[in-house]
Formats: sequence, structure tokens, C-alpha cells
Amino acid sequence: MAATHAVRGIGHSVERKEDARFIRGRGRYFDDITLPGMLHMEILRSPYAHARLVSIDTSAAEALPGVVAVVTGELMAQHNLAWMPTLSGDTQAVLVTDKVRYQGQEVACVVAESAYVAKDALELIEVEYEPLDAVTSPQQSSSEDAPLIRDEKEGQTSNHVYHWEAGDKDATDAAFAEADHVVTLDTFYPRSHPSPLECCGCIADVDPATGKATIHLTSQAPHVHRTLFAIVAGLPEQQIRIISPDLGGGFGNKVPIYPGYVVATAASLLIGRPVKWVEDRTGNLISTGFARDYHMRGELAVKDGKMTGLRASLLSDQGAFYADAQPTKFRAGLFHIVTGSYDIPAAHVVADGWYTNKAPGGVAYRCSFRVTEASYLIERLVDNAAHELGVDATRFRLDNFIQPEQFPYHSATGFVYDSGNYPEAMRIALEKLGYDDLRREQEEARKDGRLLGIGIASFTEVVGAGHGKDYDIAGLRMFDSAELRVHPTGKAILKLGVKSQGQGHETTFAQIIAQELGIPAEDIEVQEGDTDNTPYGLGTYASRSTPVAGAAAAMIARRLRDKAKEIAAHLLEASADDIEFEAGNFFVKGSPEPSKSIQDVAFAAYTNLPDGLEAGLEGVTYYDPPNMTFPFGTYAVVVEIDRGTGQWRPVKVVAVDDCGVRINPMIVAGQIMGGLTEGYATAAMQQIAFDEDGNCIGSNFTDYLIPTAWETPEFDLGELTTPSPHHPLGAKGVGESATVGSPAAYVNAVIDALWHAGVKNIDMPLTPDKVWEAMNAAGMPE
Amino acid sequence: MTQLESPSATAGLHRLEVTVNGAAREASVEARLLLVHFLRQELGLTGTHVGCDTTSCGACAVLVDGVPVKSCTMLAVQAQGAEITTVEGLAQGGQLHPIQQAFHEEHGLQCGFCTPGMMLTSVAFLKENPRPTDEEIRFALSGQICRCTGYQNIVKAVQSAAATLEEA
Amino acid sequence: MYPPRFDYLAPASVEEVIEALGEGGGDAKVMAGGQSLIPVLKLRIASVGTIVDLNRVEGLDEIGEEDGRLRIGALVRHVQADRSPLLTKRYALLGATARLVADPLVRNRGTVCGSLAHADPQGDWGSALLAARASAVVRGPEGERTVPVEELALGPFMTTLAPDEVITEVRVPDPGPRASGTYLKLERKVGDFATAAVGVQVSLDNGHVGEVGIGLTGVGATNLRAKAAEDSLRGAEPTDDAIRLAAELAADAAEPQADHRGSVDYKRNVVRVFCERGLRTAISAAQAGEEGRS
Repeated sequence: MAATHAVRGIGHSVERKEDARFIRGRGRYFDDITLPGMLHMEILRSPYAHARLVSIDTSAAEALPGVVAVVTGELMAQHNLAWMPTLSGDTQAVLVTDKVRYQGQEVACVVAESAYVAKDALELIEVEYEPLDAVTSPQQSSSEDAPLIRDEKEGQTSNHVYHWEAGDKDATDAAFAEADHVVTLDTFYPRSHPSPLECCGCIADVDPATGKATIHLTSQAPHVHRTLFAIVAGLPEQQIRIISPDLGGGFGNKVPIYPGYVVATAASLLIGRPVKWVEDRTGNLISTGFARDYHMRGELAVKDGKMTGLRASLLSDQGAFYADAQPTKFRAGLFHIVTGSYDIPAAHVVADGWYTNKAPGGVAYRCSFRVTEASYLIERLVDNAAHELGVDATRFRLDNFIQPEQFPYHSATGFVYDSGNYPEAMRIALEKLGYDDLRREQEEARKDGRLLGIGIASFTEVVGAGHGKDYDIAGLRMFDSAELRVHPTGKAILKLGVKSQGQGHETTFAQIIAQELGIPAEDIEVQEGDTDNTPYGLGTYASRSTPVAGAAAAMIARRLRDKAKEIAAHLLEASADDIEFEAGNFFVKGSPEPSKSIQDVAFAAYTNLPDGLEAGLEGVTYYDPPNMTFPFGTYAVVVEIDRGTGQWRPVKVVAVDDCGVRINPMIVAGQIMGGLTEGYATAAMQQIAFDEDGNCIGSNFTDYLIPTAWETPEFDLGELTTPSPHHPLGAKGVGESATVGSPAAYVNAVIDALWHAGVKNIDMPLTPDKVWEAMNAAGMPE
Repeated sequence: MTQLESPSATAGLHRLEVTVNGAAREASVEARLLLVHFLRQELGLTGTHVGCDTTSCGACAVLVDGVPVKSCTMLAVQAQGAEITTVEGLAQGGQLHPIQQAFHEEHGLQCGFCTPGMMLTSVAFLKENPRPTDEEIRFALSGQICRCTGYQNIVKAVQSAAATLEEA
Repeated sequence: MYPPRFDYLAPASVEEVIEALGEGGGDAKVMAGGQSLIPVLKLRIASVGTIVDLNRVEGLDEIGEEDGRLRIGALVRHVQADRSPLLTKRYALLGATARLVADPLVRNRGTVCGSLAHADPQGDWGSALLAARASAVVRGPEGERTVPVEELALGPFMTTLAPDEVITEVRVPDPGPRASGTYLKLERKVGDFATAAVGVQVSLDNGHVGEVGIGLTGVGATNLRAKAAEDSLRGAEPTDDAIRLAAELAADAAEPQADHRGSVDYKRNVVRVFCERGLRTAISAAQAGEEGRS
């Protein structure tokens, strides 16, 4: 429709409104903000992974000119703030009191007039440690003689954190008993880290006169953080204002509450001046919410070429505190989506979490709550199964896909998939790839001694948490919200309970309102992040903004549209039942003229109302999604491997995504390419590793490798649209699809190149040395 | 220890005179003050960002006498007498530089944190190589990290800016 | 992220630099590009009493030929070397090395001589200049001396330079008209330190190998010269077998440590493979009479 085109709603690649400030260098990230009297905080971190804190002497540090305060665990303990609750029902040290439990753990903080002086003072703090043996893996943690890490926790007699199961053990065992082939894969999803380019931090400003705490905070979930701050710090909730400003990336890193936030707030309260804490990259990588570190065993039962059962047993490395950011009912996140795109009638998942002497976390980095781990496991298993069975990898998948007519599909672990068309996504990918020709090329190349590989991953993931009865974060149900006000002059402001970290909400959410109300997107301001100013929401992570807050935005717009119809009826002297709406105009059924525009109606909402109708055109809604949404796709990667050095590079990457209706196709494509790059990074080079003393290798960018434009391949994107039947806009969310689905595609490609020589698995990251060692171990000729 | 320093130095401070985005600026700074902190804190030009602590990420890239450098790995005092361009100096008279326009049109940014550095390096690069291949662009930007975009649209943005600058 | 305090001087002459170093009592350091010094100060891995900034000294930023030698001044940046037509044409090993050092932005500030003085066993220039048989011109209070690059590095980040000495230039002998070279580096991404790297330079003499230099990066306490490998090739006909043998000997000369970049075997193998590939490339380029960078 011409008018819709003019207001550019759903489906338009509207250029982003937020760009205006970023391209001018006028973004407002928290470290760009300076408050009068502001002090700077730096953190002293433990060099040991596991050690008793024997003594700490801060006198020299306190005496350094420019130092205002030195905060220790002892001081925090006096205010009952040495420990805090985690999002997973455990407790976490804010500052060390008894012993250090991971390298990099926060031991003390200096608050000074400048960060330079604060850092100088850190060097003057004298700490005596008594090193203890470090535990660096779940296997070690679960052994008989492992040191007890959480000795301060009452009732904790081992390093075990939880046991969790999903699915049907008996049905699965039966399937395996009947199988004619069982494929097994033991694989490790290494620890990585979201590492957004902007580190975490805050400016805590507790006003000594009013007691009001205004905290600028790198937060993906400002309302949740505010509630938790109220509980943790004992500050009255109405006296806390959290402002999450522009964020330089999040990827799940800015969901947890970190000790630095708590100490900075306490320091501001005690000192009476604003305290800024800017994390450095080392602190970010060594102590904040990591991702993955999941030891997985997968078994697939196959009978007559059909997948009949799936077992997954998992050992989760939780670090020193159980601080996963995930819905509380699911200890392994949404890992139980592990049957993926396949019609597998029986599945059983068993997960055990273990403490280790490493930083806490696990659920982060665009994982959709552990769907990255699950998707990797099933897609690697399926590829290996195809190889073992001597069946083409795409054929095996096509034969086992959940078919379009089976939706809504009830999975063996209790999910109800909303919609999908897996064969079509595969077909598009294979066509883009020129698959058959490629297989021929691969064979020819092998004769010349060249190693080409083709890797496929057909993922289905689950996002949009979620229905309140099943999904909560620390008890807070996972609804989300949208508050919309249309001004007299026909412009609007939309406030949301979610928080963009680069996903383009200011543009895409305006497009939703534009679509529903006919107000041009440029006339709609979108606000997020300020708890004083936005409706309560659970925040942005796990790709939930579009499924939940996007739905809320559509619903509130429709509610306002209903009221607008009443006002239009009044203006047109007709009955509200006879009023139609199209592309921003209201008119009587059957006669498009005279019409009243939404702008006319908005003005009338304040100036010319029917009797009995309240003034204004605004409202708020809290949306409780009826179900999750299930984006899916097929990714295909072609690699070439250098036998001499083990180096490999993707020569072609095809990605076909179906995330339902795309609100802004340009932004969706951007999200996918970012995820494909993170997937490549995960597969090729990213890892946070530890030596046996618990020393972290990967606490800076010389060891934790992030690919540049030079290493990153080009992406050929395809698309499919299978709307979500339960979402008001048919949209599913896409932020994490590529990070979830692509690592297996890259790894499958390398394994595919080497399977003929006997290489069946290489754990990520597939660094050149590991690929070379695998080729050698398999006896491949040089 | 005798000090071979300029007569105006006081108590370990050095007099610094630089031109930043065309404007003469001066300050008294410690020798250890990094150029990026000088720009952000002394001059309030917060468009230049800090993303790491090992000279790896390039979020801090600025132009010093037209040459892209990592401002976190340069002392402010080393910039004495130099002409510095930060992202705030790209637009002239309210008019966006073609690189800014191109990044916007090609969706070459998401969170915006790496963007100032990417744009500045690209501007310097295009002066030397006005008709680059995609590979040459990727090589020129290989000292800088983006976590959001996957680089493909950044390359498109640089190509688009190249075309615009050629027409001009 | 925040360096500790230090004093800072930016003298205008080499004499003043040397004087300042002397007065620093062993706690003063020269800074040229600062791309190695400033990072360690920021992480507070090292501290320094006085930084003596070389950048105001005139005449140190030239790269040119004189008396049959290439001269690279102390303030020549990696990027200058990368763009020098001399290095493209006549000193191909150095040209190949320049573009692989660190990353493009670091190359805009860092210097060739600074890299040499830093003596990082994972540094690229040390190996390339070893293979190229270069010498460093060192000035101190006693005057000037010329030190073969081979005699410069003592161990990781340790050189034979006295605390009050500074490298003012590097001199590289002309490899001759039928010569070529290349530098192959295994880095997991741009800017990563080398897992291993090999620089080779070959000068042909009547179809046989005249002079040959092979330098190894990242596989020893310092950059290494693969002497046995060089000896095996010198005077020989450049056959596949001869190249293979030299590559094996180069791998034997390597003394890698196992770490997260790879095992000892892996790194040795990279040396072998890169040496073989590098020699093939250098030799065919030299044979073709091409004076091209690989």
C-alpha cells in the first residue's frame, strides 16, 4: 500500500535512527559520562586460582595522595555486602573474605581521584595468600580427593552443584535397545567469552542528601538489576534508578550482576560522591560471565535409516559460583532442545554441574540458554552418523527432518515447536552452494592431494522466553512490556522493558508501531534502559526482544488503535463498529472519504473527545508469550585445509535463515553475519583455557583471539519466511541463530575433509596445531 | 637526576600543544597519560573508545598527522605539535563525511563502539588507495576488531565511500 | 591500562639521547615506536625510570642504499619498509617481512630497529635480518660500533647492548642481482605472535646456490639462524632434494617450546614446511631473475 510504504513499517530495510549519534562519535556509553566530584575505582584481583586469604594490609595504599578509600571484603562484610545472591540461587563473593576461588577474583578495591592513581595504589596493597590446589575441570572436581571449593557453604560436602534431567529415560533406553546402529560422540564445547568491545562498568551515584542511588550501568536487563540491587544492597527499590545507556555490545556479558557494581555502589554510599568503575579487558575476560565449558557425550540411535533415540549426558563447568543467567526451572538452560530439527521420538538428557576454580557463569554469548551447546552436539552427531552409515549428510537430514505438516510439533523433551519448513531451508542452501558440483569438486581435489570439506548444520533453536509459568529469572516471570503514548501532534514515544546493545531497537520497534498505527517510523521515539522511565521488563538476551517486547509493542499499538477508532467514529459521526483502518487512515466502511488520519485522531484525543472517553492516547501492556518461538535454518560451509600446517579457511559460507517475519531485513542480515562470525571465531580460534594451577590463558586479546576482517569469510545469505503462528507479527527473533547454528557447520566441514583418513572429531577451537595433530594421528600422508 | 626538559615543565608535568580537529589545544599532562585518555578526559572527546588493554582491538584509532594509530599505545606527549583527527572531526560544517554517510547507508555499524576507529582508518586508507579491492580493505582494517557486524557491511561501506569520494 | 609514573625526555640529537641514557643509571629506555614498550608499561609488567624518546632526532627516518648496502634508520617505521620500492625489488625477504609484522596500525608507529632492540624471540625482524646477514650500528658514549645482528640477541628480550647504547641504523648487504627471499609466518590471526615463522634469502651463482640465509622466529630463546640448513644448501644445486634436506635441518635447528600454540613437533613441522616452501619460492623467483616480493 502506498501509505504503508510511506510510513515504512514491517519488512522495510529502514536505515537506523540510532546511527546518527554513533557515526558522529556522540554515542553515550557509560564511560563517556562524567559527574561532578566523580571518583574512580580499580579492582585488585587475585593472582591465584585457589588460596586462603591470610592477611591484607591496605595502609600504604590508603596513604597515597589522591586515594579516598580502600575497600576490602572485611569492610563489605560489616555492611553485609561481602556476599550476594546469584541469578541461579547460589551466593557469590563480592570481595574475598575467607579464600580466593578463581584467578582474577576481586580481593579489594581502591577509590581515588583518578584511575591512574587508583592503579598506583593497587600496587601498594599487600596481600598474603596461602595457595591451595586448584580444580580446573568437572572431571577433577568430581573425583574423590578433590579439594572442597565451597567450604563456606553450609551443607555443601562436595563440588557438585546440581543434577538435572529431561526427557524419557525408559523410552530412550528402549529405542537404543532396538537400534541397528548407535553413533557416539564425546565432545567438549570450550569455554569462551562474549567479550563485547565495550567492557562492563558503572557510575554509582548515591545522593547523600536524598539517599537516591542513580547508577549508570552496563545492563542488558536494567529492571531486573534494579530489583536485585534493592534486595542485595538493602536499598529501597524506589530509591534506585538504573540507567543503562548506549552499550557497546552485550552478547549476554551484561546480564549478571558483578562485584564491581556492588562495591562501587557501596563506596558511593559510604563516601558520598559518585564512583565510576571501568572494567579493563583483563578483568572482563578473567572474571565476568563466561560461556559454554560443557563436556558432552551424545548418542544417537538409528534404525532403518531413521533416528529413533537420542541421549545426551553433560558435565557442566560452573566455575566457583553457580551464577548462570537462565530461567530458574532449567538447570541446563534450554539444552533439551537437543533433538533439534529431527523427528526423534525418544530422548533423554542428564546434566550435572560442578564447581571449579574458575570465574562463574556458563550461560552467555548468544547461546539462547545453552542452545549453542545442544545444537552443536546434535549437528555434529548427525554428520558423524551420516559418515558412519555411508549416507550423504544432507540426505540423512532430509530423511529425518520434522516435516512441515507435523507442526506444531511436540518434541521428545517437551517443546512445542511453533512452525518450520526444514526441507525448504535445506533446498535453498544446497542450491546456493551448488552442492552436487561441490561434491564432485571435492573428489577431484582429493585426487590432487587437496583437502576440501563441506559442512552442513540444520539447526532449530528456541527463543522468546517466555511463558511466565515456565520461565522466570530469579523468580521474575519472563513477560515483557511496551508503553506507548501518541502526542497531540501525532508523534509518538514508545518505551520498552528490553534493552538494545546494538540490535537496532530504536528503528525496528518504531517500525512495528508504524505498521500498526500508520505513524511514520521517524516520528516515533523509542526509549529503553532507564528504570525511572520505562515499563518493567526482563531485558534483552536469548533473542527475546522481538518475540516478547515486539509482541507487546504490537499489542499496545492495536489497543490504542481500538481507542483511536472510537475517536475517529466521533469525528466522522459514525458508529465505532463501522470504522475501518488502513495505512494510518480511519474511514467509514465502504467510503474511504472522508477519512481521518491517525494524526487527526491523536489531536482529537486531547481536544475533541466523545463523552465518557478518557483523554489521551496511551497505554502500557505486559505481554506473556503463549509459547517460545523456533527460528531455524541450514548453514553450509566449504573449507580447504593445508596438510602441511593444519591451517584451514572457509572458502564459502552459505546461510539460510528462517526467523519468521522480518521486521527490518537489513538489520536481520546484520545480526546473522555477526553471529556467523562469532561462530567462526568459536570454531577456529576462541578459547579461555587454564593450566593445571588454574592460571587463565585467555585473559587478554593476545590469547583470547577474535577474528579480524582478514580472517573472517564472506557470507552468502538466503532467506525463508515461515511465520510464527502465535506471535502477533509472525516474527521469531534472530539475534542468536547464527552463533547457535554455525559452529557445527565449520567443524563439520573440517571433519568432512578428513573423515576419509580416519579423523572423526576435533574439539573446538580447531586451531592449526590441533588439526595437524589429528591428521598425523590418523596417519595421513604428507 | 638532572632533567633535560623544557623550562616550562613543572612537577613532572609536560606542556602539550596539539591541534585536534583543526583547533589548537594545550594542556599540562603527565608523561604517562595515554593519548586516548588525553582525548577523552582532558578534551572531552569521547568518540574515541577503549576496548582492550593489549593494543589489540583498535577501538582507540585516531589519525595523527593523517596516519591511523592506536591512541592507547601512544603517550599524549608524543603528539606534541601534531595534528590529530578524531571521529568528531570528520563532519565538516554540519555535513557528514562520505565515510559516515556510507557506514549509515550500508549498515556498517551495530553497537557503534568500533565505528569511529573503523571510519578514521578507512578515510586514511582511501586517500592512499582510492579504488581498493575488498581484500585490500580487509587487510587495511585487520588491526581492528568488530564484534557485531561480521565486517561484510563495513567493507561495503568503505567501497561505497570510495565511490562517492571518486565522484567528488 | 594505566602506566606507572616515569620521567620523559625527547632530546633532539643522538648525543643527548646517549647522555640521557647514561644519566638514567640503567633505568632509562629508548622509545622509538613505543609499540612494544608502552604495552608492557600499561600492563605494569615492567616499569622504567626514564623514557628517552627518539622521535625528535632528525635524520633517523631514512631508508636507502649506500655503498652496496641497505640502510634502515632507527625511526623507519614498519609501514615505510613495507612501502619501500627497494624492499619490493631488491630485498624481497625484508619486503615480505614488513607486511606481516603486527597489524597495520601498529606498523604505522613501530620501527624496524626498535623491534630488533626489543629482541622478542617471536619478533619477525630479528629472524629476517639474521637471514639477510644484517648488522646494527650502535652508538654509545664511547662512539660507534657495528654489531652483526647475530651477536645482538642474548635471550628473550635481552641484548648485548649496554644500557647507554642505542641502535641508530641497520645495514643490510646487497644480496646481488639474482637473489630473492620471502618470509612465511604462521599466525592464528593478524596481530597474533608467530607460532613459528621462517625467513629465507637465496642468492644464486651460476645456477647454484651462492649465499643463503634462513632465520627462524618463535622457536627458540632468540631468533635463530639455521646454520646447518644454510651450509647444506650453500654451493649446491637447488634441487627438490636439496631443499627438502635444508628444510629438515632447519627444523632440527629449531628449539621450540610446547604451549597453547602447539607442541614441539608441530612447531618444528611448521619450520620444515615453511622453510621448504620459502626456499622454493625464493629460488624460483631468483631463477626467473624476477626481483619480486613473494
